[in-house]
Amino acid sequence: MSQAVVALFRRPWIWSFVGALFVWLAAVAFTGGTGAGGMLTAALSLAVFTVIVGLGQMFVVTLGPGNVDLSLPANIGLASAVAMKTMGGDDHLIALGLCLAVGAGIGVGMVNYLLIRALRIPPIIATLSASFFIQSIDISYGRGLQIKPPDGFADFTNIQILGVPLLALIILVFTLGASVTLHRTIFGRSVSAIGQNIRAARLAGVRVDLVRFATYVLCGGLGGLDGALLAGYFHGANVDIGNEYLLASIAVVVIGGTSVAGGKANVPGVWGGALFLVLLLTMLNTFGVSAGVRLLLTGLIIVAVVTVAGGAKPERQ
Amino acid sequence: MQAAAAASRATDMRRMIRAMLPALSLALVVAAIAYLNPRAISYFGFTLMLNLAIPIALATMAQMFVIAGNDLDLSIGPFVGFVCCITATLLHDTPGLGVLALLGCVGIYAALGALIHLRNLPSIVVTLGMSFVWQGATILLLPKPGGSAPQWLQDIMSVKTPFVPFPIVAAVIVAAIGYFGLMRTSYGAILRGAGGNPVALRRAGWSLLRAKMTLFALTGLFGVLSGMALVGITTSADANIGNGYTLLSIAGVILGGGEFTGGRVSPVGAVIGALTMAMAASPLLTFMHIPPDWQVAANGAILIIVLAARVLITRRDEAL
Amino acid sequence: MQTPMAKLDDTLVRLGGVEKSFGAVKALVGVDLDIFRGECVGLVGHNGAGKSTLMNILAGVVAPDVGQFLIDGTEQRGYSPSGAKSHGIRCVFQELSVCPNLTVAENARVFHPSIRGFGWRRRAARLITEKLDEIFPGHGIAPSSLIADIAIGRRQMVEIARAFTVSDQPARLVILDEPTSSLDAQTAGQLLAHIRRSVASGLSCILISHILGEVLTTCDRIVVMRDGTVVAAGPAQAFDRARLIAAMGSAETKAERTTGPKAGLPRDGAPVRVRMRPARQQGDLELIAHEGDIVGLAGLAGHGQTALLLETFAASRRRNGRRNVTAPVAFVAGDRQSDGVFPLWSISRNIGIRSLAALRVGPFISQRLEDGLAGRWRARIGIRTQDTQDNILSLSGGNQQKALFARALASDARIVLMDDPMRGVDHSTKLEVYDLIRKEANSGRTFLWYTTETEELTNCDRVYVFRDGVIVAHLAGADVTEEQVIQSSFSGAP
Repeated sequence: MSQAVVALFRRPWIWSFVGALFVWLAAVAFTGGTGAGGMLTAALSLAVFTVIVGLGQMFVVTLGPGNVDLSLPANIGLASAVAMKTMGGDDHLIALGLCLAVGAGIGVGMVNYLLIRALRIPPIIATLSASFFIQSIDISYGRGLQIKPPDGFADFTNIQILGVPLLALIILVFTLGASVTLHRTIFGRSVSAIGQNIRAARLAGVRVDLVRFATYVLCGGLGGLDGALLAGYFHGANVDIGNEYLLASIAVVVIGGTSVAGGKANVPGVWGGALFLVLLLTMLNTFGVSAGVRLLLTGLIIVAVVTVAGGAKPERQ
Repeated sequence: MQAAAAASRATDMRRMIRAMLPALSLALVVAAIAYLNPRAISYFGFTLMLNLAIPIALATMAQMFVIAGNDLDLSIGPFVGFVCCITATLLHDTPGLGVLALLGCVGIYAALGALIHLRNLPSIVVTLGMSFVWQGATILLLPKPGGSAPQWLQDIMSVKTPFVPFPIVAAVIVAAIGYFGLMRTSYGAILRGAGGNPVALRRAGWSLLRAKMTLFALTGLFGVLSGMALVGITTSADANIGNGYTLLSIAGVILGGGEFTGGRVSPVGAVIGALTMAMAASPLLTFMHIPPDWQVAANGAILIIVLAARVLITRRDEAL
Repeated sequence: MQTPMAKLDDTLVRLGGVEKSFGAVKALVGVDLDIFRGECVGLVGHNGAGKSTLMNILAGVVAPDVGQFLIDGTEQRGYSPSGAKSHGIRCVFQELSVCPNLTVAENARVFHPSIRGFGWRRRAARLITEKLDEIFPGHGIAPSSLIADIAIGRRQMVEIARAFTVSDQPARLVILDEPTSSLDAQTAGQLLAHIRRSVASGLSCILISHILGEVLTTCDRIVVMRDGTVVAAGPAQAFDRARLIAAMGSAETKAERTTGPKAGLPRDGAPVRVRMRPARQQGDLELIAHEGDIVGLAGLAGHGQTALLLETFAASRRRNGRRNVTAPVAFVAGDRQSDGVFPLWSISRNIGIRSLAALRVGPFISQRLEDGLAGRWRARIGIRTQDTQDNILSLSGGNQQKALFARALASDARIVLMDDPMRGVDHSTKLEVYDLIRKEANSGRTFLWYTTETEELTNCDRVYVFRDGVIVAHLAGADVTEEQVIQSSFSGAP
């Protein structure tokens, strides 16, 4: 038994859950126990959206140093507009709207990789440049967009079963799928191999370009899905709807124990990290701190977590 | 032997085109503006168009120092905004405290450099986290737009120089300082070497920690100067004032011929790149009647076009 | 002065019982070495014998785990690169230690902290130019050139000249690790002459080189290392090539090699597996390998052999490359850290990565099949580990290399490219792998084998010798001798 506990605490992702638990307890202690359950339900509802993009970002980050998708916020914004415009408030068009939103995201991923590959520029700059394009497309495409999601879709994103959001359950199943993909498929192995040593991966027969392409497309597609779901949950699309997911997606990956040096991904940690971040904000809100303090503490905690987690050890001489 | 000489001439040629690329892109932007609106090419026109060029050039210089050490600062925009707020509040009301706060900022940057080096952290994640810290601190310091830049700062920023517009004079001065500091001093060579081949530097007995701290402190210093210059122009501050500067500064360094790795940066190029971005960012687009919706995209496009041009010029056979 | 005193005074550096390990790998196991003033010591030994670690200790880059380290009779504590420099110990590392983004003069400045203040560029330029003129007359290197823009040979000349420059700190011991690897015969000669002149004027030198001829002619004393320790030492006159090779530990290789069957001539009947030409090759020499061939790629290090292997690998991945490379290819890296090992993974995963498609059940990789594969090859190739689930870095260098061999041999590849794969591999492992390669070749696999250890080429059916990026000679059968290969790699004619 104690051995199992020790083994559990050796897992890098456990700390994100421990952190989330502490933050939740602190918030509950502050309110004197009222709303403890509601807090968890709300946290789960919001954490789902971070988990979706976090998983995409996790695969990208695992590709190795310098790989990161900074176009997610713009991607989410565009996809939310595409979804709402396509659905046009009609319940029958929900599936089509979802597909087109995911399609838009996939398109963004393809553009990202095209820039990275063709211009040989670091992914940071490629995805950042791409995000400016996407943002402009979104601004001009979604101008004055006030279309509400179809009722069926809005309801779907808000269904709860015994206090657990349905969306959270669906994404939990999806997360299991991501875990299997990471550990048990050629794609997942290849991502990890590339992240550890891209040159060795190529020489070991890994199809590096294809895998990197697929990873950026996967991340883009997940961004698209997230945009559509967010628009449903918040009752409407909006250019800025994805803004907070830039730092959040990277933060949950890092907090969750995925190595920013590449090669080592951690799927459960994405959930832990997302819950931690959402509950941290809940706690700070419960304490009634101002927006400034909230931003400041979020930033400091992320820097602190990265520092404690540490980077790759310097290579031996 | 002849083949080798020809090859070396071709290399020289490519190198020269490459070195000229920043100036060429600037010339292209100026030419486009001259074509679209000839009246803009005047003392008054340049003063107006380059209104914000000084803070952009300083922020670009700041970004250049971290890039020289193979890092990236994604927090420079919010940091410039934070400095604006300090300048418009603390420095204006209690100059002593203001100076101390600004020096503290440079110190924080040096500490970040030490942290990144000692723990071998990815600078992207650390500075992304710091961008939230600066934003939060800015909101705490100045919840609503306001404050006022010290009068002496406003006076400096509105100096009228004879014949040549002040922003151009200032840009030349910034470029000259950067050039002599990084390219001509003996420790500048060490700083660049630390980006080019850290192992060689360590073997020669230099402290990489000190080099990284120096580079980050210089970034902090130029970030402070950029924020002060910016608020000297706008006279009052608001929390979002520095938002575009992260991209502008990175773009300026890259436009100026810098590379993300290998310690290859050029201070003169960076300032030219900053001027290009400053003019392309809004005057050119306004003259081209590009709707405001697409101005952001146009900025991205300019960056991509220049990077593409550089790839075409410097294409080498890539070993696997 | 009395003789004992004089003797003591003459000792510049003394190492006693020095040991150093990197993780599980013992790099040095008790080294004793004295360097006297005004002598040139040749340090020879196979790759992985510990020469570079020894040099890194003297340079202050690596600290010894155990042992005595004296300079001028004083024990060194907290010894660092700057400590080395203040004692006048200079190093020319094998992989270049110049900054490519700096100019020649600026690189001289990096080496001399005292060159600073007004006019430092001029002084640095003069210092390095004077030394270049002295060592390599007619070098044609401008001090204002960027290192990145000059050829590799000239970079090496800059680095060598820099090590001999003197500003405020003396130069007393210059250690040169394979200094001639990128130099042509003439500049190499200039360097060796300079070493003799410097030694005559009281400087000490350590020359590490695999070109035994230059060690024998240049050095006063020769020290032979093997498996992390000094196995022979004595005045240069006491050695000749054969004795050096014997001391380095390759005599046994020759004896045992004869046990392997050797086909000898090109197998004209067997299908052609690889047909490649280096990009700059003129004339009709090209590399051809048939099914079952073991083809050696020889010549001095870095003369285009690895490039050709990489081109072959790339061709096999291109659709239109199938004409020249007619079967699946696997690559065995020599530079394990940068080209081979996945440091986060277990031994089992490291072996399986090349064969993932075959290890699937449905769409999913089967752990059972993967472990089965790793287990079979652990037994077959003798990887010394308790458990293939252990991390790959828990293995010693030689066993990591075996895992990389297992990765290639366990795969469906019919062509195996080997990029100097025996670096840092101990002697007995080598013999096992030689046997394995011969067996695999007999069963129809084709090997392209680049090696810097010339004796190893005698395991090959045929050998192509490279120089300056092109093939300059093709040796087969009885012509594959060390002398022939060395002669071809210098003169360019077989």
